[in-house]
Amino acid sequence: MEYTEIMIRYGELSTKGKNRKDFIGRLAGNVTKVLRDFPQVEIHPKHDRMHIVLNGAPFKQVDQHLKKVFGIQTYSPTIKTEKTLKDIEETALALMKETYHEGMTFKVNTKRSDHHFTYDTNELNLMVGDYLFDHMSNLKVEMKHPDIVLRIEVRQDAVYISDELLHGAGGMPVGTGGRAVMMLSGGIDSPVASYLALKRGVDIEMVHFYSPPYTTEKALNKAKELTGILANYAGRINFIAVPFAEIQETIKEKIPEGYLMTVQRRFMLRLADLIREKRKDLAIFNGESVGQVASQTLESMAAINDVTTTPVLRPVATMDKTEIISLAEKIGTFDLSIQPFEDCCTIFAPPRPKTKPKMDKAREYEARLDVDGLIERALDGIEVTPIYPDEKFLANKAEEDTALL
Amino acid sequence: MIYFDNSATTKIDPSVLATYDQVAQTIWGNPSSLHKLGDRAFQLLESSRKQIANLLGTQADEIFFTSGGTESNNWAIKGTAFQKRKFGKHLITSSVEHASVTNAFNTLEYLGFNVTRLPVDKEGRVNVNDLRNAIDSDTTLVSIMGVNNEIGTIQPIEEISDLLSNYPNIMFHVDNVQALGKNIWSRVFTPRVDFSSLSAHKFHGPRGTGVFYKKEGKMIAPLHDGGGQEKSLRSGTENLPAIAAMAKAMRLILADEAEKAAREEAIKAKIVNYLQDKPGITIFSPVSTGFAPHVLCFSLEGIRGETLVHTLEDHDIYTSTTSACASTKVDEASTLIAMNVDDKIATSAIRMSFDETNTLDEADEFIKVFDQIYRHFAQINHLGE
Repeated sequence: MEYTEIMIRYGELSTKGKNRKDFIGRLAGNVTKVLRDFPQVEIHPKHDRMHIVLNGAPFKQVDQHLKKVFGIQTYSPTIKTEKTLKDIEETALALMKETYHEGMTFKVNTKRSDHHFTYDTNELNLMVGDYLFDHMSNLKVEMKHPDIVLRIEVRQDAVYISDELLHGAGGMPVGTGGRAVMMLSGGIDSPVASYLALKRGVDIEMVHFYSPPYTTEKALNKAKELTGILANYAGRINFIAVPFAEIQETIKEKIPEGYLMTVQRRFMLRLADLIREKRKDLAIFNGESVGQVASQTLESMAAINDVTTTPVLRPVATMDKTEIISLAEKIGTFDLSIQPFEDCCTIFAPPRPKTKPKMDKAREYEARLDVDGLIERALDGIEVTPIYPDEKFLANKAEEDTALL
Repeated sequence: MIYFDNSATTKIDPSVLATYDQVAQTIWGNPSSLHKLGDRAFQLLESSRKQIANLLGTQADEIFFTSGGTESNNWAIKGTAFQKRKFGKHLITSSVEHASVTNAFNTLEYLGFNVTRLPVDKEGRVNVNDLRNAIDSDTTLVSIMGVNNEIGTIQPIEEISDLLSNYPNIMFHVDNVQALGKNIWSRVFTPRVDFSSLSAHKFHGPRGTGVFYKKEGKMIAPLHDGGGQEKSLRSGTENLPAIAAMAKAMRLILADEAEKAAREEAIKAKIVNYLQDKPGITIFSPVSTGFAPHVLCFSLEGIRGETLVHTLEDHDIYTSTTSACASTKVDEASTLIAMNVDDKIATSAIRMSFDETNTLDEADEFIKVFDQIYRHFAQINHLGE
């Protein structure tokens, strides 16, 4: 059976009163973006649902993109049929034959917006139910909690039939929550934090620190490729690469070993905040998780957060590592995150960083440095790259391999 | 030219050779190097491994690259004997194995291991009951080939697997050098098999490269110590051009496998049909599910196999005595001897081995040529009188 359209039910945004129009508009825009490879598809946002008319686009492929759009609660692939009993019955049977497995229960649920249609909802429920009974064996009806609800909607133009209810990504349409910078390292946690920020409707721009020649081109490309995976949820994400080697070398030279990490992190946060300000973003997100490493104790967070009053949001702050990993696996960033390329957090890592650094000491040591000059030169070197869904950056020669093999 | 000696080696496929060439010239970095040349080589190495694993139905980390069938066999046998020597020193094999297996066991015997060589029946097949009786608490390894290289007998690997499922601590090695691409893979590569050997040049790949399959979690001692390649189990810079070429050759040989095997068997059947019931001719490889589709071994009484091979060669038809590996030596046919075939008949045997490039027309041509030869020798030797 080839589905002809998809009916989308909105998530939380249906509760958002007067902002609703914005949200629906944003969601429609985001859906348009992810479906740009299917120009034949029509998108009709309405106040209570959105209809996607496939016009021949394969549902399975569209579905791959659709399930990554935040703001969709559930959706159903449907088939449009003529308004005759015969068409309704035959389509219903064909759909059921594909979905129904031995032992499942079902019910028919009809809705009419065309009240002039020959049959009313009860009649249709009974007639279609009878037809299915006559043409399939061992069917079981269950009114309260059926496995399959066969939905028949009689509208003015046609009848729409579906029997699957698929779960969307939930959350809020990306962009409805404003825009923030995300401090992306390339490890396991920050991509998960990015996903969670996007899920709450926050559009993000990645800030990534790199330190050639201490870090390799590969580490930079890995972060970009991670951004490509996350761009599936956002349509497009700007990647801002910040050169960090000079700052790290200077800190290494002039700051006592116990505070190397704390001062480095203060510089990172300062830079992220300045970039945020310049780009008119509203907040800073990062992938810190309380107590996971020396820089992520509450003492460290306090000593580092000292450099800004901008909200610093930490979506994975209270998650266990195992929870973060399972989410990373679910969103497809884990395998890439564990590629062992050194990033700027691991080089110059002191053997015994202070887990309880003192704020005043951090400030005092930092005063030895030309903070403004270092920051300015780093900002001069930033590069912004827009990254699109599944864009690849690591030398991936899979195609050449396939040709050779 | 009619080439009926594909069990000795196959002609390299031109597209496989092109891959070899291209890799050798453009992806020549050492897969272990840190820089991007090394990186590229490493990526291709792993792509090759993954492709081979997919084709064989294994996981990628169960595939190891070696220099070929002989090395894979030596590794499986000696590596297991060494690894398991604290648990037992009794090893079991058959009496019809390839020389790389037989001689590896001879060496281990010399080093103090006990080796049982199972007898075979008149079709060259081991009996599972003999194996059952041979197993004792000291047994650490059973090594039985999938397809015999001299007469094409398919060994009862499935039955042996059932038996060995009761002995999880015994390692099970199957030499499958002759078995790939013959539409019998599931019969000779069961889930119980712990180790298996393959050789690229038997399926239109290059020489000097092969596969060693090691089931996940199974332990084996390395024979090549060194720089730690192949998870430190088989050191030595990877032969990437050959490995990539082998991955391609394997993909090609396994495409339309059933149809190719059927074609090979049709050639064999045609020749068998001509040969059977001829006085003085003994066929050792009947057309049956117990034999590989591509091997035909028979003898012509009174003529040494070597003489027959050269006589056919004069007509541009290439065959071999029963094992090309040993056929330059004046040596009896080991499989036939193990089958208790009379010496005179055994030394008269030749082996023909087909592949998917052979045709029924070639079978006709062979029959025409052989018929003349047969009549000549039959007269001299008073066959059928």
